[in-house]
Amino acid sequence: MSKGPYSEKVMDHFMNPRNMGEIESANAVGEVGNPACGDVMKIFLDIDDDGIVTEVKFKTFGCGAAIASSSMATELIKGKRVEEVLALTNQSIVESLGGLPPAKIHCSVMAEEAIEAALKDYYERKGEDPSIVDKMKENIKKDNPEGGN
Amino acid sequence: MAFLDNAAGTRPDERVVEKMLPFIKEQYGNPSAHFYPLGRESFEAVALARQQVAEFLGAKEDEIVFTSCGTESNNLALKGALNHPSRKDKKHVVISEVEHFSIQNPLIDYLNKGYEITKLKVDETGLINIEELKSVIREDTALVSIMFGNPEIGTMQYSDEIGKVCREKGVLYHIDAVDGAGHVKIDVNELNCDLLSIAAQNFYGPRGAAALYVREGVKLVSVLQGGHQENGLRSGSENVAAIVGMGEAARIAREEMDDYVPEMKRLQKKLWEALSNMFDFLHFTGHPDRRLPGHVSFWIEYIEGESLLMWLSLKGIYAASGSACSSNILAEDEEDLVASPVLTAVGVPDDVCAGSITFTMSKYTTEEEVDKVIDELPGIVKKLCEMSPAYNRND
Ligand code: FES
Repeated sequence: MSKGPYSEKVMDHFMNPRNMGEIESANAVGEVGNPACGDVMKIFLDIDDDGIVTEVKFKTFGCGAAIASSSMATELIKGKRVEEVLALTNQSIVESLGGLPPAKIHCSVMAEEAIEAALKDYYERKGEDPSIVDKMKENIKKDNPEGGN
Repeated sequence: MAFLDNAAGTRPDERVVEKMLPFIKEQYGNPSAHFYPLGRESFEAVALARQQVAEFLGAKEDEIVFTSCGTESNNLALKGALNHPSRKDKKHVVISEVEHFSIQNPLIDYLNKGYEITKLKVDETGLINIEELKSVIREDTALVSIMFGNPEIGTMQYSDEIGKVCREKGVLYHIDAVDGAGHVKIDVNELNCDLLSIAAQNFYGPRGAAALYVREGVKLVSVLQGGHQENGLRSGSENVAAIVGMGEAARIAREEMDDYVPEMKRLQKKLWEALSNMFDFLHFTGHPDRRLPGHVSFWIEYIEGESLLMWLSLKGIYAASGSACSSNILAEDEEDLVASPVLTAVGVPDDVCAGSITFTMSKYTTEEEVDKVIDELPGIVKKLCEMSPAYNRND
């Protein structure tokens, strides 16, 4: 394929999105919208009793970068523990995709935020304070000041 | 491959290319050097092209100024008219909200210089209201500039009637006819205009050649300062090969338009009808009848424009999108990802503007190309709908 603004990885995930769909019985669902472009991303997770993401699916209304970001993000968090999932930043999504055009970085941020929203939902369903997610993220950032966006 | 992005530029006619080649290779003389044969040949070739373009527009030869692109023609019309000393007290300009960026953007500077710009609203079909136009023209209106046909939504204005109003009110009238020329008869007298822009690339000529029609007696100042070329209105050595190509393209369009346009309209109708039966969540944009030939534009609920455009392209179908996201994919930051002003103007909600698609045909468009769209689109839309969190239908 000829070189366009999107890397081959992005094109691959755009054409063959991994984990696209819904999980009816998901115990964590996060949906975020992007005011810059009106796009929407929804993430469904199955988290087992050990706090491991056993299943993940997504649905996205958005540009090529948004679809590729959601697809890549689901790949990156599958089988991971909640703490590891929270450590995922949009930057690592962008890196795994082989880069994104500058105007499209925000599409990857949407993926990070959708996952965060799903984890908040997870804790809320468990009857815990969802703001624990923010605290955990803060701690991760403290330990790893380079990360985050 | 199905090339349906002809508003971005048509394939040059083979005969046009043939005519251009000698002026790229051996006939490289500068038309200003008409004292020796090499220069004279170029001089005469440009003169012939001028005659051909004039005939194409129903104009006189010395009313044609060659420029390099539609943007330059529009800039020259606007700045040339507003900057002329005879209009120094006229500081009001009327345009529509669906004008091309090459009309909208130059006017920003004039706002800072104390000018007032009235942007006429369009209705949901993309037409301006002539009565409203009448009511906004004032003593100090220097210029009215309303395009002929809109490349994004296909709507053609009643340009001749707009011209009549401007005539009555004694106001200068410019038409950006870049989209339309070569597919609809453009006659500057029937349109009652004073200035009119066309570009060769939109009617089977080369990129790099365009023209501004300037009615006899209309005073403009040059935008480029330099030599005396083009009546002093466009200094700089002529792009002879491109101008020769433009002349030939104008000749062919004038002589053959009646032969190829009916077929374009037939294919347009075929595609339109197929799309209207395809999904009930597909919405056409622009005017249903007053449309540029071969122009079909729409948006689809639940589906984002860039994704649709990319999928079409992967299937070998090349189209355009009013989508901010796709058109500005190389923009430096996301601030540039705003909804298309044209789509917003015709009332398409901001967040779905991202989903608009424009197919534009040419005289080379074939039935197979249109069939390819009809075959491939349902599958692509289905795939994107499945992926879309907004789509919750079970049918
Ligand atoms: S998600 Fe809207 S531009 Fe990428």
